Amino acid sequence: MTDTAPQLAAQPPPATGRVVRARAAVYRAAFWGLLLRDTRVLRREFKQFILRAVMQPLLFVFVFLYVFPHIGAGIHGPGSASFGTILLPGLVAVAILFQGIQAVALPLVNEFNRTREIEDRVMAPLPTNLVAFEKILFGAMQSLLAAVLVFPMVLFFPSSHVHIDVDVPLLLAELVVACLAAGALGLTIGTSWDPRQVPLIFSLILIPITFLGCIYYPWAALEKIRWLQAVTLANPLVYISEGLRAAITPNLRHMPWPASLGVLVLFFVGLTWLGMRGFRRRVLD
Amino acid sequence: MPAALLVERLTKRYAGPPAVDAVRGIDLEVGEGEIFGLLGPNGAGKTTTVGMCTTRVIPSSGQVRVAGVDVRADPPAARGRVGVVTQFNTLDRSCTVYENLFYHCRYFGMRRREARVRAGELLTTFRLADRAAASVDALSGGMAQRLQVARAIAHRPELLFLDEPTSGLDPQSRIALWEMLGDLHEQGTTVILTTHNMDEADRLCRRLAIIDHGTILVMGAPDELKRRVGVETVVTLTLGGNHAAAVEELSGLPGVDRAAIVDGNVLAYVAEREGTLPGVVEVAARYGMTDLALAEPTLETVFIQLTGRALRD
Repeated sequence: MTDTAPQLAAQPPPATGRVVRARAAVYRAAFWGLLLRDTRVLRREFKQFILRAVMQPLLFVFVFLYVFPHIGAGIHGPGSASFGTILLPGLVAVAILFQGIQAVALPLVNEFNRTREIEDRVMAPLPTNLVAFEKILFGAMQSLLAAVLVFPMVLFFPSSHVHIDVDVPLLLAELVVACLAAGALGLTIGTSWDPRQVPLIFSLILIPITFLGCIYYPWAALEKIRWLQAVTLANPLVYISEGLRAAITPNLRHMPWPASLGVLVLFFVGLTWLGMRGFRRRVLD
Repeated sequence: MPAALLVERLTKRYAGPPAVDAVRGIDLEVGEGEIFGLLGPNGAGKTTTVGMCTTRVIPSSGQVRVAGVDVRADPPAARGRVGVVTQFNTLDRSCTVYENLFYHCRYFGMRRREARVRAGELLTTFRLADRAAASVDALSGGMAQRLQVARAIAHRPELLFLDEPTSGLDPQSRIALWEMLGDLHEQGTTVILTTHNMDEADRLCRRLAIIDHGTILVMGAPDELKRRVGVETVVTLTLGGNHAAAVEELSGLPGVDRAAIVDGNVLAYVAEREGTLPGVVEVAARYGMTDLALAEPTLETVFIQLTGRALRD
């Protein structure tokens, strides 16, 4: 090692402040290196990233806000709310969740199995849990980027008639927690899924989560179908959609923000624990 | 000489089912700057042992210290001290040749400038400079292996582990890799490699352990091991007649240590050539001998003497 590359002490010494700081510096450098690597790869594949992030919501708004009204099949929200107003938080939510799964789970399935190329990153000088957490964090950053792309796209889509009333601090809190939860969900799926059954991720997870994620309707509107309303409470996307409604379109019915934010924090913690456990099982024998 | 690698009573049991005892109590000590080999057939426990030394496999019991660090107690610190080349191509497919080296250096705490310089230096040393911007998918097997070695040593580890580094390489790339390992050894890096190729072990390793069924059968310098088997010459006989009967008769000859059937030939291990060879030839002639070859004992001989099986089995 060179003098600029910090190295850990050979013997686990008494945990004095200086030693703890030296160790933290090694871990931080390795973690930063992992983030830089992922950023480089994302930059190279940025066009694909944009297509991946924007395509689905774009088609949603096109069909629901342009095609349907034009063929006389327009949908209206409850009361005076436009359908665009209902759709905006939902579409941002689904962009966040999709990105978390696509950015973390799908590459991981490959890296574990076909190519084993995760190997070198697992051998970096930091705890394996931190390698796993880097995946969550980077997935969350991509989710956030996707949200930032989709939000104005829906907002300024011609004839969307969206009315927003943004609570900025709440929006930031909801976004951060939602993106982290999405990354953690991606890690959990990526470490638990059988690589031969990747296509099933779409039919068994993404599609049900999306269709029953309160994207097209507020959760409260499901009160007419009580059992469904209860079942959807297991779906993390519901809390992302409802949390964003609380922050962006508070005039529509929505869950109280402490409920949606609180449950998302629980999802994040639980899925992070599960994902890290799965990651360790995959990389350590 | 201080120990670069210290392994004590190391075991690994995979729960299964069926439960497999991959490693059954291994003790090893490798000195700083040594080239040490683990020689054994496939499935002997070599890869599992290397996995435990490099934090990837969690031991069932026992202890491993690399450069003084207890691997089980402090995996991140141990990872900072070792470089690993696995049996498989684990290069980062999303990155270029240069980036594989550059980001590896960053993981190990080098600053950007330093990582850039180090990556450039390694590309030159390992004759990959003209491929710097290429995707790793475009590399030949030999080039990919060179890049894996370059990456493994990029952070200047105290110990370099290579698991079957030349399997699947063409002869030319194999020799090139051997030369590279020789250079690293000269620069003071401790090198530990596994192989089932006895020529490779004989040629590279100053000391080696022969391992089979998860235990070490014997350990020492290659020449010493060959001397220790007490065989002066190995006679390879190609026979037309009954092999089993020939083996039995040859084994009974004075001066013949033992005889065995290996790869369709009958091998007679002769403890002392003088006075013994005529008897061997006479017996072989009666069993329809069509060819005969004499050879010095090899590590293969050592392995057959110890296990009654050939290494390739």
